[in-house]
Amino acid sequence: MNFPVKITEDSFAARAARVVAIAAKYADTVDFEGRFPQEAVDAMKAERLLSIQIPRNLGGESATTTEIAELCSMLGQACAASAMVFAMHHIKLSSLVEHGADSVWHADFMRRIAADQLLIGSATTEGGIGGNLRNSICAVHVEDGVCRLEKDATVISYGAHADAILITSRAHADAAPSDQVLTSFLKDQYTLERTHVWNTLGMRGTCSDGFLFKGEAPAQQILPKPFAEIAAQSMLASSHLLWSGVWYGIAIDAFSRAQAFVRAAARKSPGAPPPGALRLAEVSNLLQMVKSNVVAGLKAYEDAKANPDKLSSMGFAVAMNNVKIASSETILEIVNHTMLICGIMGYKNGTPFSLGRHLRDAHSAQLMISNDRILGNTSSMLLVHKQDTSLLG
Amino acid sequence: MNTTIRELLAKFGKLPVAIETVGDDADLYAVGLTSFASVQLMLGIEDAFDIEFPDNLLNRKSFASISAIAKTVDMIQDARKVA
Repeated sequence: MNFPVKITEDSFAARAARVVAIAAKYADTVDFEGRFPQEAVDAMKAERLLSIQIPRNLGGESATTTEIAELCSMLGQACAASAMVFAMHHIKLSSLVEHGADSVWHADFMRRIAADQLLIGSATTEGGIGGNLRNSICAVHVEDGVCRLEKDATVISYGAHADAILITSRAHADAAPSDQVLTSFLKDQYTLERTHVWNTLGMRGTCSDGFLFKGEAPAQQILPKPFAEIAAQSMLASSHLLWSGVWYGIAIDAFSRAQAFVRAAARKSPGAPPPGALRLAEVSNLLQMVKSNVVAGLKAYEDAKANPDKLSSMGFAVAMNNVKIASSETILEIVNHTMLICGIMGYKNGTPFSLGRHLRDAHSAQLMISNDRILGNTSSMLLVHKQDTSLLG
Repeated sequence: MNTTIRELLAKFGKLPVAIETVGDDADLYAVGLTSFASVQLMLGIEDAFDIEFPDNLLNRKSFASISAIAKTVDMIQDARKVA
């Protein structure tokens, strides 16, 4: 499948706006049926948004994480599941862009992703590791230039719908659980046997079923860098920042609905302040905190990007962990407040003020890498890391 | 210094292999040093050498191997002598 190039003359935002319109149209059906947002993803491909992060010399448009975060937020306002698929794809892509350019196979893979608008899935979770993606049980076996991998992946993001999967494993049969590599497998190089069905409270459209993954591919498809470095230098930051972009989108849409509700009430009884008005002001305050937090995080990442030492420093990891904790906790508070403002009209499905989907989707934020795990990780770093005491530093 | 570092690694590193099998230049993370154990190790080293790691040295590279740790400790001790 080849996609027309001429539309790339439009700005990212203009192209994403067309995807947003389609995502919004199907958001409730996708959520209700728990089905993949195929229409929105097809639109992303038609607008060539799946390759914007890839460098220009490899067929992409060299988009920054900040630019992509804005699109995540735009999509998040329409359909959080579509937005999360887009975010996850770009998080995977960041590993290739930041760590794969020097590998001939991976550079070529990026060209293919751009040309064919391939959707990249992620398989970092495994039965038995207790949710710690920096540990693997399965190991990749390399023999005569061929690598083979079998993984009990309890969650693969949109596994059945991905065109390729980036998957973690131990580096070899005798490797320690934390000695991991990241391998790219193309759709015709693996089989998936469904083991868990993604029937969830929210984010239903991501269809992140569990699978027994069996893959076989040329060994050069193993990224020639330890996954520990990839995780620290590109995955940690891009996950927390792009997820936060999606979550901000959920929150700002909930706010817009609550604001419309309060304005309608104000028009109905002029002179008397509507009961939800004060609470709306509170939500506006919370939203601003989330936004400032995400924007500051994006700036920190863009500033650190050229400096691998800074990227793998504790100070940076603490900062990114804090971005994730704050945005994932605060959006729940925000959506809860907007529900109080809209009352029964927010609680009911199918009204212009419905917030059920927002609330359910927002609940995933604290669990996508459990906040307890992240706080535990930060608390151990704070035993040696000294907090920067300056306001601007 | 490497002997002290090895003793501390044995005590705090929680490595899945015997410390004697780990070379001075072996990648400690590949051998199985977890991020939590590396923090315990850093605390142990700060205590043993009576130093404090400045933030710019709190990264993976400084603790990647026994010789990298020794180099980091050296650097901090030298800086202190100059000051």
